[in-house]
Amino acid sequence: MSHIAVFRATLERELKLLARQKADWVNPLLFFIIILTLFPLGVGAKPNLLREIAPGVIWIAALLSVLLGAERQFRQDYRDGVLEQLVAARAPLLGYSLAKIAAGWIGSGLPLILVSPLLALFLGLSAEALLAVVLTLLLGTPLLSLLSALGAALTLSADKGGILLALIILPLYIPLLIFASAAVEQAGFGLNYQAQLAVLAAMLCVALALVPIAVQKALKLNVG
Amino acid sequence: MFKWLDPYAKPQVLFATLLWWQRGLMPLSIVVLLLGTIWGLGFTPADYQQGDSYRIIHVHVPAAIWSMGVYAWMAIAAFIALVWQVKTAQWAIGAIAPIGAVYTLIALFTGAAWGKPMWGTWWVWDARLTSELILLFLFLGVMALQNAFADRQTGDKAAAVLAVVGVVNLPIIHYSVEWWNTLHQGATITKFAKPSMDPSMLWPLLICILGFALLFGALTCLRLRTAILQHEAHRPWVRQYVEEQQDAKL
Amino acid sequence: MPSFNFTSFSDFLAMGGYGFFVWLSFGGSIGALLALGWYSKRQQQQFIQQQSGRAAREARVRQQQDREQV
Repeated sequence: MSHIAVFRATLERELKLLARQKADWVNPLLFFIIILTLFPLGVGAKPNLLREIAPGVIWIAALLSVLLGAERQFRQDYRDGVLEQLVAARAPLLGYSLAKIAAGWIGSGLPLILVSPLLALFLGLSAEALLAVVLTLLLGTPLLSLLSALGAALTLSADKGGILLALIILPLYIPLLIFASAAVEQAGFGLNYQAQLAVLAAMLCVALALVPIAVQKALKLNVG
Repeated sequence: MFKWLDPYAKPQVLFATLLWWQRGLMPLSIVVLLLGTIWGLGFTPADYQQGDSYRIIHVHVPAAIWSMGVYAWMAIAAFIALVWQVKTAQWAIGAIAPIGAVYTLIALFTGAAWGKPMWGTWWVWDARLTSELILLFLFLGVMALQNAFADRQTGDKAAAVLAVVGVVNLPIIHYSVEWWNTLHQGATITKFAKPSMDPSMLWPLLICILGFALLFGALTCLRLRTAILQHEAHRPWVRQYVEEQQDAKL
Repeated sequence: MPSFNFTSFSDFLAMGGYGFFVWLSFGGSIGALLALGWYSKRQQQQFIQQQSGRAAREARVRQQQDREQV
C-alpha cells in the first residue's frame, strides 16, 4: 500500500472512531475548561491579575489537556495487534503515523481553538489578546500533537507509561510555552508579536519534518 | 571509513580495552581535579567584586560545561546506535546518562550556593540555571524511559530515540530560555557576573574543566563495562570472567 | 609562581566570609562525584556476585540431576 493510501485509510478510521467515541475529544476539552476555571478560583479573580497570567495559564492548560489523551493514541492499536500487523507487513508506517497525529490534532487541538472565545470571557482577554490566542493555538496545537504522539509512541510498551509520557514531553514543550505565551502577552500590551509567531511556525515546520520519522521508529521498536 | 572501529563494537574486545582506559583515566582525573581545585581554592587572588566566593567557579563552570558535553556524547552514542545498530553504543547511553545527571545536579547546586551570597537568594530564574534545570529533566527522562520496559533492549532503543530528539531540542530550549529571560528580567544583571579573569585565575579553571572531562571518561569506562557484563551475562566469556573475579577474591 | 593567597589556615577556611558557601559547593560536588563512583563500582560488584551465585546454583542443580540419573 502506498503512503497516501495508508494515510487516508487510517485518517478515515480515526475520524470515525472520534465521531463514535465522543468521550475521546469531549473529556480533554472539558478538562481544559475546568483547569481554566480553577485558576481564578485559586489565585483570585482580580481582572488585572487574570489578564497577566492568562497567556501562561492557557498554554499550560492546553498542554495538560493534550497530555490527558496522549496515552490512548496508539494504545488501542497496539493492544489489538494492528500495529504488529502493520510492522510485519512492512506497511509504510509513516503514513499511519501522520494520520494518527492529524486525527489526534482534530480530536485534541481543534476543540481548544473552537472554544477559545470562552477564554476571553473567563480570563478577561482583550480582542487583540484573543486573536493572538487563536493564532498561537493554530500554530501551537499541531506542534503539541506532534510532541504528544512522540511521547505516546516511545512509552507504548512501558509500564506506568502515562506519567513517563508527561515527563518526557515537558522539557520538549518548553520552547513552545515560552514563545506562545510571550506572543499573547505582547498582544495584550498592543505590541507586535509577528516575531514570536514566526518562531512558532519555524518550530512547527521542523517538528513536522522530523517527528513523524521518530514516531515511526519508536512504534517499530515497541512492537519488535 | 570506520572499519578500524569494528573490533571495538564486539563487547568482549571493548570490555578489555575499556579496562585499560579506566585504569589510566581514573587516577589521572583525580590528580588533575585535586590540582585544579587546590590551586583555585588557595593559590589565586580573590576577585575584586565577589571576594573569595568566586572560587566556586572552579566546580560550577566545569560541571555546567560538561553537563552539556555529556549530553552531546550521549546523543552521539544514540545516533550511532540508531543508524548503525551498534549494540555497545546502545548500552553506552544508559552508562552515560547518570553521569550527566550528576554533573547537572552539581552545576545547579553550586549555582545556588554561588547565587545566595551574590544575589541574596538560593534560586533565581536566571537563563543559565533554568536551562540547567531543564537539562536535568532531559537526563532524568532518558534514564526513566530506559528503565521503564520489561525488555531491556526496548528500553535501550527508546532511550536512544529520546536522546537524539533531546539533542535537537537542546539549542532550541537554550535559546528560548535565554530569550525568555531577557524578556522578563529587564536591565538588572541576571547572568552570572563573570569575574574579570586574570590569566593567573584562568589556569586552575581550565585544569578543573580538564579534570571533569577525564572523570567523565573514567566513569563512562567503568559504567559501560558493567553494562556490557549485564547484557552479555549468558555468554561463556562473561561466565569465565565472573569465575576469575571470584577466584581472585578467595 | 603562584603563592598561597591566605595568611593562615583559619583564613583559608573562612574564605573571606563566604566559607560556608564555598565549602558547601566543593564538598557537595566532590561528595556527589564520589557517590557516583562508589555506586557504579558497587553495581559491577553486585552483578559479579549475583552471577557467581547463579553459576554455583546451576552447578548444584546439575550435580543433583547427575546423581539422580545414576
